[in-house]
Amino acid sequence: MQSQLPLYPEQASNFAPQVDNLMLFITLICLFFGVAITAAIVIFFFKFHRKQPNAVGVPILGDMRLETAWLVIPLLLAMAMFGWGAVVYVDYRHAPQDTLDIYVIGKQWMWKAQQPSGLREINELHVPVGRNVRLIMASEDVIHDFFVPAFRVKMDVVPGHYNTMWFRPTKPGRYHFFCSQYCGTNHALMGGWVTVMEPSEYAAWLSGSSGQGDPVVAGEKLFVERACSTCHSPDGTGRAPSLNGLYGSQVSLADGTTVVADDAYIRESILQPNAKIVARYQPLMPTYQGQLTEEQILALIAYIKSLQSQPAPASGK
Amino acid sequence: MSKTPPPSPGPNMPHEDYLNATYGLKSWLLTTDHKRIALLYLGSVTVFFFIGGIFATLIRIHLLTPTGYLVTPETYNKLFTMHGVAMIFFFLIPSIPAVLGNFLIPLMIGAKDLAFPKINLLSWYIYLIGGSFVLYSFSTGGLDTGWTFYTPLSSVYSNSAVTPAVIGIFINGFSSILTGLNFIVTIHTMRAPGMTWFRLPLFVWSHYATSLVMVLGTPVVAITLLLAGLERMFHLGFFNPALGGDPILFQHLFWFYSHPAVYIMVLPAMGVVSEVIPTFARKPIFGYSFIAGSSIAIAVIGFLVWAHHMFVTGESTYAALTFSFLSYVVAIPSAVKVFNWTSTLYKGSISWDTPMVYALGFIGLFLIGGLTGLFLACLGLDIHIHDTYFVVAHFHYIMVGGAVMGYVGGLHFWWPKITGRLYPESLARTAAITLFVGFNLTFFPQFILGYMGMPRRYHTYPPEFQVLNVLSTAGASILALGYLLPMLYLMWSMRYGKVAGPNPWPATGLEWTTPSPPPTENFDVTPEVTWEPYDYKNRPDLGLTAGAPSPAPAHGDD
Repeated sequence: MQSQLPLYPEQASNFAPQVDNLMLFITLICLFFGVAITAAIVIFFFKFHRKQPNAVGVPILGDMRLETAWLVIPLLLAMAMFGWGAVVYVDYRHAPQDTLDIYVIGKQWMWKAQQPSGLREINELHVPVGRNVRLIMASEDVIHDFFVPAFRVKMDVVPGHYNTMWFRPTKPGRYHFFCSQYCGTNHALMGGWVTVMEPSEYAAWLSGSSGQGDPVVAGEKLFVERACSTCHSPDGTGRAPSLNGLYGSQVSLADGTTVVADDAYIRESILQPNAKIVARYQPLMPTYQGQLTEEQILALIAYIKSLQSQPAPASGK
Repeated sequence: MSKTPPPSPGPNMPHEDYLNATYGLKSWLLTTDHKRIALLYLGSVTVFFFIGGIFATLIRIHLLTPTGYLVTPETYNKLFTMHGVAMIFFFLIPSIPAVLGNFLIPLMIGAKDLAFPKINLLSWYIYLIGGSFVLYSFSTGGLDTGWTFYTPLSSVYSNSAVTPAVIGIFINGFSSILTGLNFIVTIHTMRAPGMTWFRLPLFVWSHYATSLVMVLGTPVVAITLLLAGLERMFHLGFFNPALGGDPILFQHLFWFYSHPAVYIMVLPAMGVVSEVIPTFARKPIFGYSFIAGSSIAIAVIGFLVWAHHMFVTGESTYAALTFSFLSYVVAIPSAVKVFNWTSTLYKGSISWDTPMVYALGFIGLFLIGGLTGLFLACLGLDIHIHDTYFVVAHFHYIMVGGAVMGYVGGLHFWWPKITGRLYPESLARTAAITLFVGFNLTFFPQFILGYMGMPRRYHTYPPEFQVLNVLSTAGASILALGYLLPMLYLMWSMRYGKVAGPNPWPATGLEWTTPSPPPTENFDVTPEVTWEPYDYKNRPDLGLTAGAPSPAPAHGDD
């Protein structure tokens, strides 16, 4: 289907046709203006070419109606581009609820991905066709960027932040992914392949290579090893709040505000415990900044997520 | 007309001018004459253009094959970084303002010099000191951070000579600030009698707008790079998350200047085009006040669009919506300029002299550069084309297609004024067309490469991208020829070119009423302006209007 010199990459996600349509829309508008102005210049250039060496042009100082027209019409067209682009972007930045969450870690100069089952991959990413996939991404060092041209999406992977991106693969196949934020010496080698599989193949692939460590299990082990469990007791009687049912809930803070307990909040609470203090608790927790790798933090978050279904203790002590 | 400009001396009448008034190296290195300082800048920015050009040549040769055999990844990363730093901070930003602006602004407004001649010389020395630090960085380990210096790569992880480079750019910033300040004060206070704001040449308006950006924006980038340097040297945590900093903060601060910096590069080029088109169409510019006003609008709104470089950093959706919207708004004043330039051609008396070829080439390339900006401002599209070769193509169309075409075109237009000599016309026209063709062949394929998904700053790439890369390199070799030709024949013409006379085109600006090259004091008598800008009808002194004696222009079509 692709010719020798294709003009656009394969369309393999829900966003690909949307982005290509936007591209076509803006290209057509720009082509119209580009051709019209170029034609005007070329025609004027030849038609009004100087015939007498001393000839001067006809003085025309301006025209208010023309000025208004070419202020207003381009502005309206620009607003149409803005509006359509905004619709696609807002969709892209707000993942649906039912996503398959895959953790991705970028480091100089490789990508590690971890499936919900705990299966780990390096510079490879396997996803089922037709499922909404959300990548939750962290960086071990500098800023990277996860870019899949066939999906028409990318997102920076920023140290100290969790960035997420989502897409729904629509076509089985193998597609390039690249690092598209310059990250040092081997930036150009920091890429790999996304494999989009039929759901049954994906399930077989997952089960065929299991046993690499469930992140929930790893997180639970860390939770004990790092003595988190001494304060965060499940029944809410410890010096720190219970983490049962925490993930996704509203947390009341000491300063009277509330916050949703998402990945970024939990990460921050591990690394900078004093940034947001839960109401009625003392700021006692030490920082774990520099003591946990990104993978360990993700494992802890996975474990805390798994406690979502556990009964939370009744509020108040 | 009772108050026409005083008659100029004949083309061959000997007169003392700024070039032969004094001799010796000292008379140049200690000069406070804005015209001589302009030539000092001309020499030094040309050196940096040459250095940056060599880096670009090596990059394009390396990219001929997917694996790239010419240089190692480390070297490749240094080449594109040093290409960007040399070209942006030490060639593009000073090029038109510090060379042509310096030379022309006092002449155009009828002043003897800039408001602060010594500060003008100081800014050239500051530029040299900053440039020396950067060359020191290039020659002792090089620089591999990308010209954008993103943290924490630049402040923690890079092993190259980052510190001298950021110190050099920090120092160089003061050169830009002082030049901007000098222009603003000069334009406000030193206009000749009768030179009202709305009689100012549009070149002066665009430099006024540029100066505002220089004065208000440059301090921010200077401090930002200094903070990155402090983080690198003393581990102060501004941007490094391990030290409690935020790498995104760096990007906000960096682009707060570096987006408006694009307007520092292209606004002066727009000023050149606004002078050239009325001259070679021999009629007033269409919509003078709209072109002047749009320069100011671009300078002001240009400060409010920076985070459109950051749509995929994870910034809030509301911020992205705001910055996308404002980026579309800033496109409108640029569009207004293009429409007005085009309309100026209507019913003109158009000649095909070299500056006009450059000006029309500028419109064509700026049109493509500007229109492709609309693709990048579009949020939904930017998630695909951000940080790909589409961006590389876009900003080269603006900064090389736009700013450099304007600069080289402007050099041709005012070359007779600067040197008193004409360049060989048909050779110059051939070079202009070579540049235009070479440029498009180099950079147009990169739009397609970008949409196909080739990320920028890649020393090696998948084989499916090779055809377009080879095309691009082929174009670059034509482009290089297009740059070498003017360098050679312009130098040749300084000695062997035909004597130009005060006003060879003829053009209407005040700078053309004084001899070429101008005397040190610019004007023998302070001129008084009684005519409207670009007015050919009421200027019998130009020898063009009906009934007036009609000496053939020294430089007609051939």
